[in-house]
Amino acid sequence: MTAPVSNPQALAADDAPPRREIGVWGWARRNLFRTWYDTLLTLCFGWLFYRIVAGLIGWGIVQAGFGTTPKACAGSQGACWAFIGDLWPLFFVGAYPHDARWRPALALLLVVALGLLTLWRRTRTRWLLACWLLAPLPILALIGGSATLGLAAVDSGLWGGLMLTLLLAVVGIVFGFPLGVVLALGRRSRLPVIRALSVGYIELIRGVPLITVLFMASIMLPLFFPSGFNPDKVLRAMIGITLFYAAYMAEVVRGGLQGLARGQEEAAAALGLTYWQTTAFIVLPQALRIVIPPMVGTFIALLKDTSLVAIVGLFDLLGIARTATANPNWLGRIVEAYVFAGIIYWVLCFSMSQASRRLELRFQTRAG
Amino acid sequence: MGKAMANDRGALMIEMRHVDKWFGAFHVLKDINLEVRRQEVVVICGPSGSGKSTLIRTINRLEEHQRGDLIVDGTELTNDVKNIETVRREVGMVFQQFNLFPHLTVRGNVMLAPVWVRKLPKHEASALADELLRRVGIFDQAEKFPGQLSGGQQQRVAIARALAMQPRIMLFDEPTSALDPEMIKEVLDVMRELATGGMTMICVTHEMGFAREVADRMIFMDGGQIVEQAPPAQFFANPREERTRLFLSQILHH
Repeated sequence: MTAPVSNPQALAADDAPPRREIGVWGWARRNLFRTWYDTLLTLCFGWLFYRIVAGLIGWGIVQAGFGTTPKACAGSQGACWAFIGDLWPLFFVGAYPHDARWRPALALLLVVALGLLTLWRRTRTRWLLACWLLAPLPILALIGGSATLGLAAVDSGLWGGLMLTLLLAVVGIVFGFPLGVVLALGRRSRLPVIRALSVGYIELIRGVPLITVLFMASIMLPLFFPSGFNPDKVLRAMIGITLFYAAYMAEVVRGGLQGLARGQEEAAAALGLTYWQTTAFIVLPQALRIVIPPMVGTFIALLKDTSLVAIVGLFDLLGIARTATANPNWLGRIVEAYVFAGIIYWVLCFSMSQASRRLELRFQTRAG
Repeated sequence: MGKAMANDRGALMIEMRHVDKWFGAFHVLKDINLEVRRQEVVVICGPSGSGKSTLIRTINRLEEHQRGDLIVDGTELTNDVKNIETVRREVGMVFQQFNLFPHLTVRGNVMLAPVWVRKLPKHEASALADELLRRVGIFDQAEKFPGQLSGGQQQRVAIARALAMQPRIMLFDEPTSALDPEMIKEVLDVMRELATGGMTMICVTHEMGFAREVADRMIFMDGGQIVEQAPPAQFFANPREERTRLFLSQILHH
């Protein structure tokens, strides 16, 4: 069968669509008010949405009490942000000594400065990378204290708040990620012993909750070691989180390894590259690029799971939020505490997912 | 150089004696005996599943053979990793699906093995890459990524990448099968030039025009066996075996 040869409409000049189909009104017509029940649903949800937003604004802004003393909130029905105004340093550094709070602040400033330099293309150089690699030294010296710099030691039992959350998360990511890559490669190894060890480790860890691992690290480990050897509580939590999340990261990386075309490794082998060269130059650069989104998802989960260290007696951001509400001046300000902590978590997690999107886009444009 | 003198042109480069291979219980290569001499161009054809790809993939040990001897340029292929590395350094391979590294530029693809396997300094490897890319006519695309090139261009880059190891033998595994028809010629031209330059080559291909013109010897495989070997003139005009005749009639008159 052949199509009709002459079709007068096909020859007509391009025409604009009818006015009622375009613009904001056209969009609303198509998506919100197409039929009577669409309209009904739109009105119902519009009303619900309005009530929620209006309620939030009323509670959080209009009727809220600002300032730094309990008096600011007297008689108000809304949120009492004076509570945060008074106690916000607690949220950031926990029980860290008052007169030394400038030290973690300086450490944070250092990280933020490095972060800004990294965003700016012109300063993204080898020197900056070296700075990043060396950064943990001054940061640890500032937070933990250092005799050479004349900074008094601050026991890690006093570390807390956002500072502790970030320390746990960064250490967990920085050490867990390479360990995860090694486990993922081990799981695909041709050597049966290495493969069995990797699979065993991954499946064992994935079979228990993080809380169990933290408990083990903090309560049971000291029982196995000779008395007197009692590693730092924060360090134990860091090790627990790192070992736990390495198993999850390994599975994410494995997904990327499986997404790689088989021909890639064959081509590398045919050129005479060794296993490690192939892994370093061909396999990992491609596999890790594929897994950026799920990997960042894992990082975000890790960040949020650091709140579980409350179970072993550490006061991270969320733990501090709970503690702050026990302050006699601010008894019962539990909603404000959690909303504030929630906002901080959200800012951190949202920044991470934005960074991941940027990274993805950069690789997409490069690979054409 | 006359085609008749093919077997006298040089030393033995590849020697396969009674080679057998199985995939599980499936007997893919059955008692393969093959000798290829320096500067010889051998074209292997045969129906799909006849074992021709597997055959050339045993030559650089992408596939392991399970019985028989396989000696490449004086090095016997065994489980010895050193021997495998030596052979892979001397044998270049071009794949049906190109298998370029998509995260590296065209020049990066060509430079990788010279830098890391032959340990050439970066500037020498870069100069070598440029020279080879000129030779295959892709020099102006050196900074692009493989995904930005056409299939024919990608395959020419793949040839340059293999040549960058300065191999003594080149293996081609259906190099034009994944290409659109209008791109086949540009790849065959590069291969023809290589053959004229004296490269020892084994090509698995269905391009019979190319084979007739360039090959010193034709090999027909079926069911994991070498059924017939002959110089192209004789192979195409008077195939001895019935199976060869049937195969040729199918691919030449479609």
